[in-house]
Amino acid sequence: MFRSGSIQSHLTLRDKIFSLDLTLTICIFLIGIISFFAMYSTDGGQFAYHTKSHIIRFIIFFTLFFVISFIKTSFWYGSATLFYLGVLFLLILVKYVGLTSSGSQRWLDLYFLNLQPSELMKIGLILFLAKYYHKISSGDVNKFRYLAQPLLALLFPVILVITQPDLGTSFLIAVGGVIVVWLAGVKMKFFAYLGGLFLLSAPVAISFLKPYQKSRILTFIDPSRDPLGAGYQITQSKIAIGSGGLFGKGFLDGSQSYLDYLPEKHTDFIFTLFSEEFGFFGSMTILMIYILITWRIVNIGHTLRTSFGKLYCYSFATAFFIYVAVNMGMVLGLIPIVGAPLPIMSYGGSSMMAIMIGLGIVMSCKIHKDQSLG
Amino acid sequence: MISDSGGSSKIRLIGRRMFILTAAKAVVVFGVVGRLISLQINESKKYKTLSDKNRFREWRFAPPRGIIKDYFGEEIASNQKVFQLHLIPENAENLSTLIFRLKNILKMSDNAVSKIQKKIKSQKPWDPVIVSDNLTWAEFSRINLFLHELQGVEPIISVARVYREQSSSHVIGYVSKISKKDLQQKNYLANMKAAGMRVGKTGLENKLDSEIIGDVGHKRYEVNAFGKRIKEVSIDQGKNGKSYKTTLDLELQNLSSNLLKDKAGSICVMDIYRGDIITMVSSPTFDPNKFVHGISTKDWKELISHRDKPLVNKAISGLYPPGSTIKGLVAISALENDVVNTKMVQQCSGSIELYGEKFHCWKKKGHGFVDMRKAIKESCDVYFYEVARRLGIDRLSETARAFGLGDTMVKGFKEEKIGVVPNTKWKKQRIGKSWYLGETLHSGIGQGYWQTTPMQLCLMTARIANGGYDVEPRIVLGERSKFSIFAEKKKNPKSLEEFFNSDKSNEFDDTTIDLGYKPLFRNQENINFVKEAFFGATNEPGGTSYGSRLSKKEFMFAGKTGTSQVRRITEKQRELEIKNEDLPYEQRDHSLYVAFAPYNEPLYSISVVVEHGGSGSKTAAPIAKKVIKKLLERHPLRQQVHNNYKGEDV
Repeated sequence: MFRSGSIQSHLTLRDKIFSLDLTLTICIFLIGIISFFAMYSTDGGQFAYHTKSHIIRFIIFFTLFFVISFIKTSFWYGSATLFYLGVLFLLILVKYVGLTSSGSQRWLDLYFLNLQPSELMKIGLILFLAKYYHKISSGDVNKFRYLAQPLLALLFPVILVITQPDLGTSFLIAVGGVIVVWLAGVKMKFFAYLGGLFLLSAPVAISFLKPYQKSRILTFIDPSRDPLGAGYQITQSKIAIGSGGLFGKGFLDGSQSYLDYLPEKHTDFIFTLFSEEFGFFGSMTILMIYILITWRIVNIGHTLRTSFGKLYCYSFATAFFIYVAVNMGMVLGLIPIVGAPLPIMSYGGSSMMAIMIGLGIVMSCKIHKDQSLG
Repeated sequence: MISDSGGSSKIRLIGRRMFILTAAKAVVVFGVVGRLISLQINESKKYKTLSDKNRFREWRFAPPRGIIKDYFGEEIASNQKVFQLHLIPENAENLSTLIFRLKNILKMSDNAVSKIQKKIKSQKPWDPVIVSDNLTWAEFSRINLFLHELQGVEPIISVARVYREQSSSHVIGYVSKISKKDLQQKNYLANMKAAGMRVGKTGLENKLDSEIIGDVGHKRYEVNAFGKRIKEVSIDQGKNGKSYKTTLDLELQNLSSNLLKDKAGSICVMDIYRGDIITMVSSPTFDPNKFVHGISTKDWKELISHRDKPLVNKAISGLYPPGSTIKGLVAISALENDVVNTKMVQQCSGSIELYGEKFHCWKKKGHGFVDMRKAIKESCDVYFYEVARRLGIDRLSETARAFGLGDTMVKGFKEEKIGVVPNTKWKKQRIGKSWYLGETLHSGIGQGYWQTTPMQLCLMTARIANGGYDVEPRIVLGERSKFSIFAEKKKNPKSLEEFFNSDKSNEFDDTTIDLGYKPLFRNQENINFVKEAFFGATNEPGGTSYGSRLSKKEFMFAGKTGTSQVRRITEKQRELEIKNEDLPYEQRDHSLYVAFAPYNEPLYSISVVVEHGGSGSKTAAPIAKKVIKKLLERHPLRQQVHNNYKGEDV
């Protein structure tokens, strides 16, 4: 197989459609369909605002996913740096003209949608670093000069997002970046240094945390500390999921969600709602689809021959998995509430757009795997 | 051209590191799945319970019922403060110890305790259970003394129905806990679920229930998963029930009730023009307050097994043959149908033989030669046998129906009986046999198949007394009747006012047509003749109720006695001349009396029935006399209240 096919210079649209990864496409579509039902339920069993808007977004971004897939990988490779810098520019712009909601300045008003650049940065950073490590030789990876640039590229947006403040997203951006660096072969000791530095700076960082953020972390450690305040979300989410049992309470019958006991049920807690209504089997189904998506992306990565493709696919697959894991861990009460959406399921245009772009580039790599990046 | 730097070694490194990441992912997946299993399978039961508790809590409370007043504004059914004890199971530390302690403090029976336990099981743990809805002051203070040790109970001051007089127990009715039957029959009760809710069961309480009950109020709390109230979300005070003024006169009710003490029977008084029921009393009476908080089995059994059926409203549910009180009606029917004239003379020798049967007059020696006036005045049976024979049962029953017999007349009283107005068709349908002529004769003196309620007799007398117009009874002020329809139309309000204040009100001239009443006569002379004969019966020597007359001119009344047999008198018994008092109670005659007063300007009609009270002149007429006296004494007061009304609302 290796190098058996000649490097094709041209693919027809028909070829491209046929070389789409069917499993991955179907899984994305399935998650989309499930999310419609979940959204319909959060709207109280009515075809209301959130449901309509979620469906429209899914249609738009699912189309975007195909469009991106059909564009040559070399284009994405070539524009990786520009994409990163562009999103970085938007992040800086948010600092000045961003919209503020519940004390956090995260959004740009683009009239047709409120763009959250930090979500795009999740992809932007992975893309940028994958290209960066594609270019340098494996011998240079652990040289200090070549360590500084990725570190800066990672820290700059992360700090920008932390100060919005948005702890959850900045953490997810950082995780995505660290994964690329790790996969590129940076030695363990550097991660150890970085970890040590992080621990040392933690007390300083904590002093910068907003009271609600501190409270969330403390509450995670002891949820009964304040059952009516910050521990409320965790407690309610656990009750909702637990009360779902094996088969759930039935579609539109999630009493927890219906009685407004679930906070942010459209966004971060959409999994809770689904779990309550469809029980253990429902939760497992969703989890399995996400695992399948991750597995397919990794699989695509296996077939690629360029380190850019491999780095990007592996990193994105891992980041995607971590988004899912963090969201589920959060609603299951395994980790503190940090504010991380569940990919595609959660209501939110920017998050869905970022994920679809990310998936689109993966698919582009698959379709154009036999073409050079040049 | 940018190409891959590092080649295959780099790609191998990436693959190796990816393998480590994949392993890490597997661990995370196990973690998430494990957590899902633990939450949704292992601990699902616990979280289901928590989820159930995780709701808004609603505390609904019953509104105070509307008050029922008499014509003068006296409260007949009102509300009083009561001390209640509520228990909220989920707030109790140890439910069984708590119940045990309450049992000791309140000295509750085992039965009551098991009832409470059953109630607790049947509802949500945050719904309050009423341990006692009417604590005595002593119990209430004892509870308050121990309150700090009784976590989960709440002493509450609430309002409950109270009936101050037992004289009106039947007409007012009573309230009690909602039964399944109530829920089926009264749709509005579906939204009325609240602790301590009571529903009208009989009488006006039942008739007016949907309005008098009010609207349930609620307090809604948002509670967290631990059952603690976070905040009051909404409060709705509900709506107090609508209050009603009735046409009753509480003082007359009390007097009438007293007059019937130790007797079984009833007294009805009615305004002959407006149809206002002024008195509706049944005896023996009962304490309606016992039903409000749940009657004890012992008291219930006592009421149910009582010989004289205290729970039955005899005024509208008691059925009696009208006896001689019907004679006025028989006379009217015969005169209107031109069967006889008032001059007809019949010889009464104590009995008459017809169709091979012997028909007796109450007076064994006979009345001699009697005309119609004398026959009414002295209540000659033989005369009316002859009248009835000529008239026939079907024409008589027609007149009887026109004058209000054989139908329910007091709207909305489910306990009211229609009675029986016999005729040939009725007998064929109900008994399946042809009519015998002999039965017509019995019917002519109000015996045989006749079944009437005291209220029907009172209405019949009212329709005679007002000159023969179809006045209809009413008991709730402002309720529609022909009279109030007229008032609403305001066709001729001035003449109406004049009419009731004028001296002519007894003469029912053309203005009466404006009242919306239909005349029941062909020739009003016939009605007036009977009225005059009633006068003779009461105010002339030899009249059956002469002994009970009121001689003061403005109090003079006119009435007709009735003695209705409850058994067939055998020839042998007639020979022996057994006195009524010597018979067993159940075989004694019913004593009846109907009258209108004052004679010169009739305003009111009255009927008195005393079960097994002997002859009408001996028992019922003297009672009627006392009631009439009081009634007429109170008339100016009543007239004053009437004149002060602006519209007939409360």
